Amino acid sequence: MTAQKNIIIIGNGIAGITAARHIRKRNDDHNITVISAETDHFFSRTALMYIYLGHMKYEHTKPYEDWFWEKNRIKLKRAYVSKVEPILNSILLDSGELLTYDELIIASGSASNKFGWPGQDLKGVQGLYNYQDLESMEANTKGIERAVVVGGGLIGIEMVEMLRSRQIPVTFLVREASFWEDVLPKEESEMINRHIRSHHVDLRLKTDLKEILSDENGIARAVLTGDGEEISCQFVGLTVGVHPNISFLKNSGIETDKGILVNEKLQTNFSNIYALGDCAQLRMPREERRAIESVWYTGKMMGETVAATICGQPTNYNPGIWFNSAKFMDIEYQTYGYVSAHLKEGEESLYWEAEDGVRCLRIVYESATKSVVGFNAFGIRLRHQVCDEWLKNRTHVDEVISNLNKANFNPEFFKKFVNDVKFKSMRK
Amino acid sequence: MSRDGFSISLASPHAPGMDGMQKFGIALFVLAILFTIVGALGPAAQDPALFFYLGFVVSVVGLSVYTVRTYLNRPSGVQNNHIFTSSLTNRGLWGWALGVFLTGFYVVLYWGSDEMWNGAPLVLLFNPISQGLFNHPPDRWFLYSFIYTISILIMGVRVILKYRHSNYQIVRTCSIMFFQLGFAFLIPQFLKSMSQPEYYFSYFWPLDYDLLFPSSVNGLLSSGSLGIWMLLISAVLTFIVTPILTYFFGKRWYCSWVCGCGGLANTAGDPFRQLSDKSMKAWKIERWMIHSVLVFITGLTILLWVNSCLVGGIFGDFSHSLTKVYAFLIGQAFAGVVGVGFYPLLGTRVWCRFGCPMAAYLGLLQKYFSRFRITTNGGQCISCGNCSTYCEMGIDVQSYAQRGENIVRASCVGCGICSTVCPRGVLNLENGLTHQDRENNNPITFGNDGVGLDTGFGN
Ligand SMILES: Cc1cc2nc3c(=O)[nH]c(=O)nc-3n(C[C@H](O)[C@H](O)[C@H](O)COP(=O)(O)OP(=O)(O)OC[C@H]3O[C@@H](n4cnc5c(N)ncnc54)[C@H](O)[C@@H]3O)c2cc1C
Ligand code: SF4
Ligand code: SF4
Repeated sequence: MTAQKNIIIIGNGIAGITAARHIRKRNDDHNITVISAETDHFFSRTALMYIYLGHMKYEHTKPYEDWFWEKNRIKLKRAYVSKVEPILNSILLDSGELLTYDELIIASGSASNKFGWPGQDLKGVQGLYNYQDLESMEANTKGIERAVVVGGGLIGIEMVEMLRSRQIPVTFLVREASFWEDVLPKEESEMINRHIRSHHVDLRLKTDLKEILSDENGIARAVLTGDGEEISCQFVGLTVGVHPNISFLKNSGIETDKGILVNEKLQTNFSNIYALGDCAQLRMPREERRAIESVWYTGKMMGETVAATICGQPTNYNPGIWFNSAKFMDIEYQTYGYVSAHLKEGEESLYWEAEDGVRCLRIVYESATKSVVGFNAFGIRLRHQVCDEWLKNRTHVDEVISNLNKANFNPEFFKKFVNDVKFKSMRK
Repeated sequence: MSRDGFSISLASPHAPGMDGMQKFGIALFVLAILFTIVGALGPAAQDPALFFYLGFVVSVVGLSVYTVRTYLNRPSGVQNNHIFTSSLTNRGLWGWALGVFLTGFYVVLYWGSDEMWNGAPLVLLFNPISQGLFNHPPDRWFLYSFIYTISILIMGVRVILKYRHSNYQIVRTCSIMFFQLGFAFLIPQFLKSMSQPEYYFSYFWPLDYDLLFPSSVNGLLSSGSLGIWMLLISAVLTFIVTPILTYFFGKRWYCSWVCGCGGLANTAGDPFRQLSDKSMKAWKIERWMIHSVLVFITGLTILLWVNSCLVGGIFGDFSHSLTKVYAFLIGQAFAGVVGVGFYPLLGTRVWCRFGCPMAAYLGLLQKYFSRFRITTNGGQCISCGNCSTYCEMGIDVQSYAQRGENIVRASCVGCGICSTVCPRGVLNLENGLTHQDRENNNPITFGNDGVGLDTGFGN
């Protein structure tokens, strides 16, 4: 049994909370305190859009009822940590309070990018990352006539959907030639372009933002694009990615690059300080994976991993095979393994698209060995466990195709895409 | 009008405005309903056909026009926008108004006097259909049955349009509409018109709680061979068909494919399904209540038989009073007044969840002896909460999904909405190959190879 420790966690997002829960699961004695500035309780950031859409209220996005924390003796504290002092094993809160720890877990998440555009700080211009952003979006989009969303990624398309739900005309500026082009292969990306347009969105590809123009009250009144076009609007959504939220660690002695640098045990340069989730940057990421992965799932896995280490079972972070999912308006997207925007040297792929133009499947495999390396599914649901097994075992693509039924996770009575895939997919 | 604060507007301040066709449908509905109400206040007694066709039927047409237009106007996909910002579906003024109206209707229906109902113009209004199809004059139960069926049909069409991206929802809703129209309306009414017992093949013991009471059994037995058949069929349905089908498909084969109570909840009640209570506390109360009702009705049935065999020897009239108490408390107050009247306040399946003895029986079978489960797709859950919010049975689906656990709950009626609304394709209703492999308690996110799934906490 390990001795009782005083554990402080900064950030009540998925990474910090998963760590807290798993530490408590493994150990009854440790003192666990979670300090966070955004909200009193853990809520699901991924569900922010549904509050605006009216699918849910804030309380529905809290994965645990409020009694849960006290019952599991996880102490919650709403405060901003302004300073970390590793030498003294202490942190300073904005209230002036000083707390000491035996182990510190930093899970401070991300902050929205801004690239220094003129006018980016005007009223009516904002990103979408935290609960306060949601509140200001609610206020900033009241009674407006047009909105412009900048940046063709996952949060951008969510913002577009949010605005469209209130019938607000939206112009969507995407710098690339096609939506999410650096991640999606051409066919998939084009499918989403079409889908965006079918929702009456003014999608402008190959268009970048130059400047945001102000009215006499310091409120955005228009954007100026790279081509010199002025688009009048009263709201500008900036969704051009996120970066680790680590400004409060400046001069703390904790080594950082873009994010907080951590080893395979998620330890920083101080052995009793860990970093996880969006704010962490792996010194040596596994082959095929990036050093910073700002997705829900990795935050969760990192939380589980750190809990094991802290509770006396040193464990390396090993996230296994990459998977992710999203939803582009009405089209669900799931991916397993590694599908890159442009096939890599020595790779081929098999692509199937349904006649309705809103469902497709891509299977990428190595040309030489024919072993599968990745799946992209749009509008169909694939079974994670089966895909993961195939990828791990480097299964032959023909075997995958003939057993595709096993990976079908579509609900009952859904059109079987499996046979269609067998006969109609094209090899590339 | 202001977009803020307390609004008397029916729709959400954020919802799109109505187009011409929608306005036409609503106008037609409102005018025709007003006309019907005027008729029901007196004139309908003189000329039922006029008020039935120009009033009631036209209002149904108006409502259908509006509904079809509203849902076809939007692309297919999850259509839950504005639900928590509109007064009707978020316990606002309109929600309360509807709740009071429905509750009032049930109170008058169950406990209004015969003098009040017999010959009431509101009842006579339905003469054309009652006489025309079944050759008997309408009474309040005909009126109720007819409106109930119409509600399931119109709102069923709405559900089909709303969830048209899901074949599961389409097929299931067609089944509900079929069983209500055929088995819970046409067949019993025809039987009645042929002076046979008004028998509902789609309801059996313990939901139809007095079916196996000595008095009903003797009644059926004495009404000739058809009665004997009906009794036999009921017994087979309760004790043989139910366990077998539940073993293979879960309780959903009944609760959300056949039953009229569930049918109404999943059609007319669909706009209110998100109002169910998801708390752990509600779950505790649910387990106590629903099983108590099952024990009570089973005990009562046995008691009545013992008493009947002894010709009232031991309990005298006592068991009879118990029956009356059950009928009042459970059969009427709970199933009707609270069960449906409170849709806009407590959500749709209050009766199915807290009170229905049939659901309790099916639930026990489902929990301990069934192949049905809702499978979770590996590690894909993003804990967004949509599934739990839209589960009408108040199951915290997300709490299982985010742990990668299958959902095996006695109360799950298999409506499939959690799977339909999940934005990440995480949930799937499945009938497995055996009932042993249903529960998988994965402590760790699927895909986290560092901590290890199989070994639990291995490295
Ligand atoms: C709109 C939106 C949709 C998304 N959808 C998806 C999706 O579908 N799938 C997916 O995989 N990912 C999605 N993501 C990304 C995902 O939400 C993040 O990767 C994840 O939430 C990061 O979790 P975290 O615990 O690392 O940090 P966070 O959730 O950001 O939590 C960090 C918390 O720490 C607090 N904090 C930071 N610094 C301090 C300080 N100094 N003192 C006190 N408190 C502090 C912050 O206020 C914050 O509450 C989405 C993100 C957004 C914004
Ligand atoms: S768990 Fe899903 S299928 Fe079961 S009752 Fe709830 S929403 Fe319906
Ligand atoms: S199962 Fe789906 S709907 Fe439910 S919380 Fe997870 S992602 Fe959301």
